[in-house]
Amino acid sequence: MVTILDPTNEHQPVKRDLATRHSNIVGHMALLDISKPKGSIFLDKLETLLAIELPDVTITRYSKPTFAKPAPEALREKIKSKNDFVIEALAD
Amino acid sequence: MDTSLPTFSLRNSKEEVIDFPSGNSTLLCFVKEDCETCQTIMPVLEALYIAGCNILVIGQTIEGNQNLINKFELTLPVLDDSSLKTSFSYNIEIVPTIIHASDENQEKIRLEGFVKTEWQKLISGFGTKPSVNWNSLPAWRPGCGSLSVQPENEGRLTAEAENNPIRARKLDLQEDEFEFMFDQGFTDGLPVIPPTEERVLRMLSGTHRDPQETIATVPPNMGVATTEKVAINAVMAGCKPEYLSVVIAALEAACTDDFNIHGVMATTMGASPVMVVNGPIRDYIGLNSNLSALGQGNRANATIGRALRLIIRNIGGAVPGKTERPTLGNPMKYTMCFAEREERSPWSPLHVERGFKETDSVVTLFGMTSGPTLIVDQTSTDPGQLARSMAMCLAHVHHPKAYSLSDTLLVVCPEHIDTLMRGGSYSKETLRQEIFNYAPKSIKDLVQNENSGVGISSEQLAAMPDEAQNRIINKFRSPEDIHIVVAGSDAGKFSGAFHGWVTGPMGTISVSRKID
Repeated sequence: MVTILDPTNEHQPVKRDLATRHSNIVGHMALLDISKPKGSIFLDKLETLLAIELPDVTITRYSKPTFAKPAPEALREKIKSKNDFVIEALAD
Repeated sequence: MDTSLPTFSLRNSKEEVIDFPSGNSTLLCFVKEDCETCQTIMPVLEALYIAGCNILVIGQTIEGNQNLINKFELTLPVLDDSSLKTSFSYNIEIVPTIIHASDENQEKIRLEGFVKTEWQKLISGFGTKPSVNWNSLPAWRPGCGSLSVQPENEGRLTAEAENNPIRARKLDLQEDEFEFMFDQGFTDGLPVIPPTEERVLRMLSGTHRDPQETIATVPPNMGVATTEKVAINAVMAGCKPEYLSVVIAALEAACTDDFNIHGVMATTMGASPVMVVNGPIRDYIGLNSNLSALGQGNRANATIGRALRLIIRNIGGAVPGKTERPTLGNPMKYTMCFAEREERSPWSPLHVERGFKETDSVVTLFGMTSGPTLIVDQTSTDPGQLARSMAMCLAHVHHPKAYSLSDTLLVVCPEHIDTLMRGGSYSKETLRQEIFNYAPKSIKDLVQNENSGVGISSEQLAAMPDEAQNRIINKFRSPEDIHIVVAGSDAGKFSGAFHGWVTGPMGTISVSRKID
């Protein structure tokens, strides 16, 4: 038998439950642009379509300072506190 | 402080357990059979035992013990310390070592090897008169190294001793350890060295850092990289202990906000850290800056770069297909580490340029997406001609129409150095400026067209005032984005260049760390 040492950080992923799913889409929705080229074009189109489909939803646009780094904590908190839904336009 | 000798329970040749201490004054003699001096003193020990002396011979191999018993017709107790734990706990470095333990279990005398006068004095003080033909014995004979201090044993024994610094989870494997590590995703796709406790302890001897000190918090999972965890991954990569300080400094550099290892590893562009080492440590650990410096064949180059990559994977959780998303990736994601050939360079080495002392050992990390792309110029003879020739190649970094986005790491080969210095002095700054000033373009030169969609759109261009359309920009945002080092063998006019990623606060900035 060989005994080796664990090379990982040994942390188990935190188990998180999915957020409660709403039966109706109402309230506030965030559209997050991660600042990749042409991401804004995609979100512009999406916002237009959502405005037609969901006229009672208030849409707010947000953007990350750079796609190359995780969203700053303050931005994440702001989106979370002011919105019921978020759509993130990922890269590529 | 308790100065009592360590207790032990060992078996004699009849499988009887002998406990120490017994409450009586005792001679403990540590031996191994293949030591000539140990054989020399065996008749003396047997005579002492027959004379009524409390004596325990502690042998380091089972077979050797039996050989000694047979050869010298021993009746004294020869105890089995083939685990070497007792030898280790008594700090035995030389065999034979004889220790006079008092009846209160204190060490009164310790002798190593054999010096006849010392042994005579010891025995006379023990109050027995053994039948020993002292004239047949040599006046002096050195001992041999104890098995307990041989490198292959010492690490294990240290691990088993108290105050073991290891805290990592131990994985007991019944199956093939190499296959297990593949299955668990611990590897980069190549086999790794099993990180046993002994190997990790040996690796930890390469640094003064406390094993539980946090070296860095490693993205994307923000895993805590202690010295111990770094050492485990360094073992797996194939590092020697003396490489560990370089790996630690590189990890500290990688996990800064400037370097942004999360973005470097995650990007679809497939970036990777490129490590350049400067200073005296290059020679000390045998890093290659010469022939094939950027290629394979050197353990230090190959394993230091690989260790950093394994740390990011195993501690940080950057795994291809999960948070690591390179479209193509590149071989540098396995490893890329080399030393600057400072002795062949007419210029200040990289670390001195970056504010360190020449005598400092420093590692610098660059976030690069490709390279080394070769600059093949075997015929330029004029320094300025060669500099512009290099600039011509570098104007294609990422794309000929991609301007002011990325940095580059230019590795100038010695024969190109010779060409540059042909007219006398040619500074690194002159080369840098020549590259920087090469092929400037106006904004309108970079508009999208039928040959390439790279650049600004015609609509964006049309919205600009004439002044903005005609604004001149350079391939590199600043001369500082052109990093220059010297490496390679004396033969061949082939320099190389690494191409950066998103350079600056929005992406990655090269970072240097002193190696301690």
